[in-house]
Amino acid sequence: MQIDSSQTRMAAVLRENQDKILARWSETVLASSSGRGGAEAVGRELADILGLLERAMTGADESAPGELRAALAELSRSRAREGATPSDTAMSVFALKDAVYELMADKAEMVPEFLAFSRMVDDLGLQTFETYVTAREQIIADQAESMLELSTPVVRLWDGIIAVPLVGTLDSARTQLVMEKMLNALVDEGAEHAVIDITGVPTVDTEVAQHLLKTVMAARLLGAECTISGIRPQIAHTIVSLGIEFGDIATKATLADALAFALRRSGLKVGPA
Amino acid sequence: MDRVPILRIGDNLFVSIQVDLQDDTVLQLQEDLAEELSGTGARGVIIDITAVEIVDSFIGRMLTTIGSISRMFDAETVLVGMRPAVAITLTELGLSLRGVRTALNAEKGLRLLAARDG
Repeated sequence: MQIDSSQTRMAAVLRENQDKILARWSETVLASSSGRGGAEAVGRELADILGLLERAMTGADESAPGELRAALAELSRSRAREGATPSDTAMSVFALKDAVYELMADKAEMVPEFLAFSRMVDDLGLQTFETYVTAREQIIADQAESMLELSTPVVRLWDGIIAVPLVGTLDSARTQLVMEKMLNALVDEGAEHAVIDITGVPTVDTEVAQHLLKTVMAARLLGAECTISGIRPQIAHTIVSLGIEFGDIATKATLADALAFALRRSGLKVGPA
Repeated sequence: MDRVPILRIGDNLFVSIQVDLQDDTVLQLQEDLAEELSGTGARGVIIDITAVEIVDSFIGRMLTTIGSISRMFDAETVLVGMRPAVAITLTELGLSLRGVRTALNAEKGLRLLAARDG
C-alpha cells in the first residue's frame, strides 16, 4: 500500500466522519445480508476494519496493514461459516465506498483522493474473495487425501494370503499408494500371495493395465505372487481389444476363484467338514 | 574398501549385504562369489538385501549378473528380504531381475532351494 499525502488527507476525512460512515456502512451491509448475524456484531466488525484501514492509510504504524488483512480474512471466514457467498462478503466490503461517497459527493476537490481510496477498497474486497477460495481449496485437498486413504484397504484373507480390493478409477497417484500399502503388507505379514481385486474399477485402459503390471512386478521382486481377480466380461473384452498382455500373471473371474487358486498354490486344500 | 563376506551353509552360499554398496564393492563381490562357487560346488546362492535401502540401475544389473554367473556353475540365486521401497524403485527403473528368484525372507529362500533339490 502506497502511503502519500492524498491518503493522509483521506484518512483525516475518515476519522472526522467515522461515526457517520460507520452507521451508513452497517446499514447497507445489514440490508444486503438479510439479517444474518446481530446488528451489534456486524457494527463491531466493521468499526474494527474501518479503524484499521484508517491506521493503515496514515502509515502511522507498521503493523496496521497486516492486521487489516487478518481482520478481513476473519470476516471472510466467519461469513463463509454463516453460509454467505464470497460475493456477499466482497459486496459488503465494497459498500464502504458508497458510504464514503455520500459524504464527498459535493466536494469536487477530493475526487483524486476518493479514487485512490476506492482502489484500495477494491483490493480489500478481492482479498476477502481470495481468502474464501484458499480456504475452499484447502478443504478440497484434504478431502482428496482422505479419500485416497479410505479407498485402499489391504485385507488378510488367509495365513499368507492378502487381498487388495480396488474401488474407483486408478491413476498414478493411487497406484503408487496401493503398491506401497500392498508391498508393506506382504512384508509385514510374510504373505506370499496377493490378490488384486478390480471388481470396483469401472474401466481398464492401457494406463491402468500398466499400473497393475508394475504392482505385480514389484511384488514378484519381493518374492510374492499376485493374482488379478474380478475381471468383468466387458473389461475382458476391452483388455483383449486393446491388445493388453498380462503375460504369465494369473487372472481370475472372481475373488473366490483367486482365493481357491492361492490356497492351492500354498499347498492347502478346503474340503467338506 | 568394504568387502562383503560369503558364508557357506551346507550346499548353499549365503551373502548378506550390510554395507552401502559401492560400485567396486559390487565388482569384488562378483569375483569372490565366482571363486567360491567354483571352489565349493555350491548349488544355491542366497543374497540377503534386508539392509539395503537404496538401489540404482547398476546394482540392479549386478544382481542379474550374479544370477547369470551362478547359473554357469549350475547354482540357483535367490534374492531375499527386499524392501518395498527398493522393489518399487527397481520396477520404476524397468528392471525385473530375470534369472533371479526372490523370497520374502532368508528362511523362505532356503526352503525354495531345498524344494528344488527335492
